[in-house]
Formats: sequence, C-alpha cells, structure tokens
Amino acid sequence: MKTAQVIMDTGAHAAALAVKSARVDVVPGYPITPQTSIMEALAAMVENGELHARFIPVEGEHSSMAAAVAASAAGARVFTATSANGLLYMHEVLHMASGGRLPVVMCNVNRGIFAPWTLWADHQDSMAQRDTGWIQYHCSSNQEVFNTILQAFRVAEQINIPVMVNFDGFAISHCLMPLTLPSQEDIDRFLPPYEPEWRLDPAHPSSFSNVTNAPEYAPFRQMLSDDIMASIPLVKQAAQEYKDITGMWDGDTIDTYRLEDAEVVAFAINSMGAELRLSVDILRQQGIKAGLLRPRLYLPFPAEDIISALPQNAQVMVLDRNYNFGHPGGILAAELKSVLFGRRNDITVKNRVMGIGGIDLTRQFMAAEIRAMMDE
Amino acid sequence: MKSVTKAYRPISWPMKGAGGNTGSWRTHRPVVDTQICNKCQICWVYCPEAVIDRQEITIDYRYCKGCGVCAVECPTGAISMEMEE
Amino acid sequence: MATSIKKLPDIEQVLSGNGACGGCPATMALRIVGKALGSNAIMLLTPSCSVASMGMTPRLGYNWPCINITFASAGSSASGITHALEIMQEKGRLQGELPTVFAWVGDGGTYDIGFQALSGAAERNENIIFFCYNNEAYSNTGVQRSGATPRGSFTTTTPTGKRQPKKNMALLMLEHNIPYVATATVAYPGDLYDKVVKAKNIPGMKYIEIQAPCYLGWQFDMPETVQMSRMAVRSGAWLLWEAENGKISFNNPSSLIISGKKDAAPVDEYLMKQGRFNRLLKGPDAESRIAEIQGDIDREIAFIRERAKITI
Repeated sequence: MKTAQVIMDTGAHAAALAVKSARVDVVPGYPITPQTSIMEALAAMVENGELHARFIPVEGEHSSMAAAVAASAAGARVFTATSANGLLYMHEVLHMASGGRLPVVMCNVNRGIFAPWTLWADHQDSMAQRDTGWIQYHCSSNQEVFNTILQAFRVAEQINIPVMVNFDGFAISHCLMPLTLPSQEDIDRFLPPYEPEWRLDPAHPSSFSNVTNAPEYAPFRQMLSDDIMASIPLVKQAAQEYKDITGMWDGDTIDTYRLEDAEVVAFAINSMGAELRLSVDILRQQGIKAGLLRPRLYLPFPAEDIISALPQNAQVMVLDRNYNFGHPGGILAAELKSVLFGRRNDITVKNRVMGIGGIDLTRQFMAAEIRAMMDE
Repeated sequence: MKSVTKAYRPISWPMKGAGGNTGSWRTHRPVVDTQICNKCQICWVYCPEAVIDRQEITIDYRYCKGCGVCAVECPTGAISMEMEE
Repeated sequence: MATSIKKLPDIEQVLSGNGACGGCPATMALRIVGKALGSNAIMLLTPSCSVASMGMTPRLGYNWPCINITFASAGSSASGITHALEIMQEKGRLQGELPTVFAWVGDGGTYDIGFQALSGAAERNENIIFFCYNNEAYSNTGVQRSGATPRGSFTTTTPTGKRQPKKNMALLMLEHNIPYVATATVAYPGDLYDKVVKAKNIPGMKYIEIQAPCYLGWQFDMPETVQMSRMAVRSGAWLLWEAENGKISFNNPSSLIISGKKDAAPVDEYLMKQGRFNRLLKGPDAESRIAEIQGDIDREIAFIRERAKITI
C-alpha cells in the first residue's frame, strides 16, 4: 500500500475525487441541488488540467444520461451525477443503459421528490428506480462514497451493467469528514482501464438496439436479470481487493455492527446506517442487546448474506426512509420479508417510515423509535 | 476493466435484404429498353433501394420494390412498369 | 454548379432490400448522404421511419455503426459520442481520422420532442452533423401532426386540416450561430451531396434539413415522389439555401425565386397534387385558406431575402 493522503472534505467532493482517480473519459452534467458540487468540482478539474476528460454541460438530465449512454457505446468510461427530479427526468434513459448493457456509473445524491417541493433527503428517488435494471449501492460516509465509486466502475465494467451509487443529500454531500485518498498507483492497480468488448466502430459496423421481435427480445431481458444476480460475487470481490490494496473496508454487500449476539437488529441503508451505530450503543447501554445490519448493496438485494447474518430469533426493526405506496410501511421491509419467507421463520420484522423530506434522524430519536417498536 | 461475462447485447449487422425478400412486395416491375437508354444514370441516382447498376442499367429484381420512380424520372422514357404475373 | 450525377461516388451505404416503403424519399436522401460521408461515420437514430426501415435485430440495412437512442436525445447523444471519440484519441486509444458523427432524425425528433437537445448541442457548437429528414408529420406511427406539418394539411390528429403554420427549424438553427446550416431535397441530389461534403469538412455544429415528400402521408402516387419534391421548390413551399457562419446563399432554383428573376408557381398547383389538402380545397372557405398558405410562403421568402442581406 503506497502512502495515502488524508484531508477533510465533503461527500460531494469525495465523489469528484474518486471520479478523477478513476481516470474517467466523459462527464455529462446538469446542476441540481444537492449534487451540483460534484459537477462543479469535475468541471473545474477538467478546465485546470487536473483531469484529462471531457465535461459536457448538457441542457437537462435526460440529456445527461443520453450523452453518457452514447459515449459509453463509443467506448469511453463515463460518469454523471444527479438527484431527485433529475433522476426521475432521466428515467427512460436509465433503462437504455441497463438493457443496452452499458457500464455507466452514476452518483445519485438522495433528495425527496417534488411535489411538495423539498431540497432535503429521503430515498424515494432511488427507490423509484428499483426496476430499471441498475445495480445500486448506498453509502454511509464520505469515505465510503470515495471507495464505492471506484468499486462501482470495476463491477460495472466486469458485468456490463450500469451502477448507481447513492448517498444522502446534505447529511453526506455537504458535511466535512476525514477522507483518506489512496495513491493513484494503488487505484490504477485496483481499476485498470476500460476494455469494451463491443463499441461503435466503423471498421466493424453494427447497430445498437434495432426494433426487436418478441422471441429475440425476451432472452436479452432474461440475461440482464441473470447477470444482475451474478454481480453479487463481483461486488464482494471488488470490496475485498480494495481492502487488500488500500486497507479500507466499508462492508461488501452488507455492513454489520455488534450483530453476532443481537436480539434487536436495526436495519436501514445510507446515512442512517452510520448514525444507527450510535443508536445501537445507546440501546446497549440501556441493557438492550441491539445490533445493526446495513445493506450496502441494495440491488441486487443481498438475500443470502442477510439470511446467514441475522442471529437466531432476532427482531428486525426496519427503518425506511421511503414509502411503499399501496402497502403499509416502507420498501425495505417488504423486500426483507420477501427474502425471509420460508427461509428464516424465526425472525420477526417490524417497520417504521421516518426521515421523509429530510427530517433529521438523530441517534437518540432512532434509538427511541426502536424501543417503541419493541413494545408494538 | 475487462468484462467477465459475455454481455448479450441487442446488436445487428449490415446485410442486403434487411427488410426480407423485398422483391416480393412489388405489383409492377421496371423494364429497361436498352435501345432507348442513354446511360444518363438518373434512374440510378433516384432509386431508394440502390438496385440499379449504374454502368449496365440492369436491375436487381431480388430487392426492387417496384416504386416506379425510375420510370417517371427517366428522361428518354426507356423504363416502363410492367405488371407482375 | 452542383456536382453532376455521373461524378457521384459509387459507394452504397444504404443496402438494397431494407425495410423502407418502396420509393421512400428519406431512404433516397440517405443514400446520397452515404455517398458524401463514406463509411467512416457513426450514425445516431431516434424513433422514426428510418428506424423501422433499418431492419429488425439482428439485421441492419445501413453499412455504418449505428445507435438507436431515446426520442428526445439525438442532440445530446451525438454530443456524448463526439466527445468520447475525441478524448479517446487524445488518450491514444483511437488512431487515424475520427469518424463523422451524424444524427439522422425525423421532423418529430427535431422540431418537437428533440428540440431541446438539438438546441443545446447547437449552443455548445458540438462537432456533429444533425440531419433532419422532414416528411412533415410523424409518418412512422401513421401520419400524426408535427411542428413541421404545414398549415391546412390533413393528419390523423388534425383531420380537418392543421390550423397553425409550421416552424422554420433551419432559420432557428441559423440563429444559434452555428458554422453551417443548409436545406436540401430529394429532387436535387447533386446539391444535397455537395452540402454534405462541405459539412463534413467544417468543425463544429452543422444542421442540414432535407425535405422528404412521403407519398403515404401526403397522399399522392408513389412514382411521383421526386416530381413532388421539385414542385415544392418551384412553388417556394421549400426553399434551398445554405449559410456558412451566418452568411446565407441561395441555391438553384430557389435563388431565381428569391432574386425575383422567376416567379414562384402559385401554391394551389402544389396543393392540388396532394390528397392531404383535399378537404381544404373542397371546403367552403377554400379561397381564404389557400390565401393563408400562400401568405405563409410569401412571408418566408420575404424574411429570408432580407435576412440574407445581413452579413456581419
């Protein structure tokens, strides 16, 4: 491991620094709070020569993703970032990236969706993209954002599926935290250059995605589904190799804290997952055997790892920062219950929706909520 | 990073007859009277199907859709549209 | 003088037996574009007739690397590709002459849903050629009205005739201050060929709009396609011009109409040949509605004649 540099920086800048280290080729971007700082930092790096890439200031997020998808088809390593309504605006093009098997990496800085207008974080935006065929990570710290983006490029290019790296707006994107930057040499060892197996090339003309009859169309979708599931071992490998080279670890598909003997398990993703460690400590001090299971990989849902990690007879308290409209409670609870069914009948699942529209989730509040859920 | 799987992408390759056996679409076929033809190549330039040989002014009837543009544009009237049997 | 037919190259980038309707003017135009661009090009397509014509997976009727993209995205995806190619060349991953990046888009994908991305790409002066093949409706989905449908025309969504005049996208592109704007049509292949060759050698954003009279949409006989294209130009309903860095010049035969050396043919001769104006022509207010259409044409001619005088 070569000497690393330690600085204080925001989550958004951590993302930009990771993209720079990944030696990206093309970055289309459009401003939207709270991801704008990522685009600004990358534009500055390109203009001052720190990053040898092209920044395309497009006129809307739909165009951001359209430019990213086409640039990826041309053989370039691409990145873009967005939030909330911007993510929703590019929705149809997300499907083009996944169905077209193009390894685009995108940061989504979570923010609640309009209407009503809000700037602050909840997870409805990324949850609304569940069925686009994108792999999704959720990060709980600035350092994890940096680490995950590099792992995301690697996984995306190995399996040819686009990857979304999510983290909460303001809580992570705008807060200063210590950040260890591995040397460029170490990063180059972890992430070699992009070697596309197919690209748009006049020497070998071929057309991408003509109209396709049903018997030909269906196998493409089945392959996409199968390959999304097959990405789980690649996610683990990427996390392990990153740890071997840089010494840093945020969990692979899941991240756990004081879980081995836990009777009450807090289950949440993203920045809540970091704060919940402190809630677990509070509960332990109160005599409750609490633990944390934070899925770091949200899609594909790491079912096997969750099933084997949960202690016998545990009560799982799922804290959702989203609504699962049409069902009571949130989306994580529904997904957890579906994977536990018939596999871990000893587990109880309880669920609360919280933190919507950026309501502050303090460690005391979440500990109190978990206590209240225990009494339900 | 290199791919570890063969990603099954929706790709198509250039070929004649991408629309199938398009010669079967026509109701009339163009016939060239080589006596009248002055090899001006106007029929060649307008044919949307590129089925007319520009030197010989012969027609590839496998793909000719019988649109009749060549017959209308021919300045000497050398091309006539004859009904297919 | 436009390049003569016999001097046009042999190369065929449009392959025989593709899925287009017989006599398709868009395919006619694309064939000429192919001769001008050659094989070193990358084609972008949005949902439109040419996407239906190009063949279904795994067959392709065009001899280029092509990418089908979302309807609104021609301008932005083309930008992504051109930047990708340039940066890859800078980093040493591509050698030789970079391919020409061109978008082949219908009037819907240019005037309506694709306007934003096209305008953005033009404002950024991206290094692409944006072709609009204009059959004045959403022909691929059964002839619905678009922003390019002229006043009075029948479409399935304007069955009694469109009330509003069409937009003039070529003029709008001119006002984006891009290096090259041109109009063309299928009846003048040498003129189209020259414009594409010129565009290929100019860095920055190029916009070329090609009128493609669609006999199914406009309701005339299939063999008359090229005749209809000529008639559009003769009546002034379609003007042939080009502009390099904002300096407009007119091409024959439109130049004769603009300069006044020749009168434009009266528009009703043009309208009578197309079934899409039948209802208008047979209606009780036919005279006033024809006069409105004539007014649209006269205004366009007057505007561009004056605009061409500005050369700073």
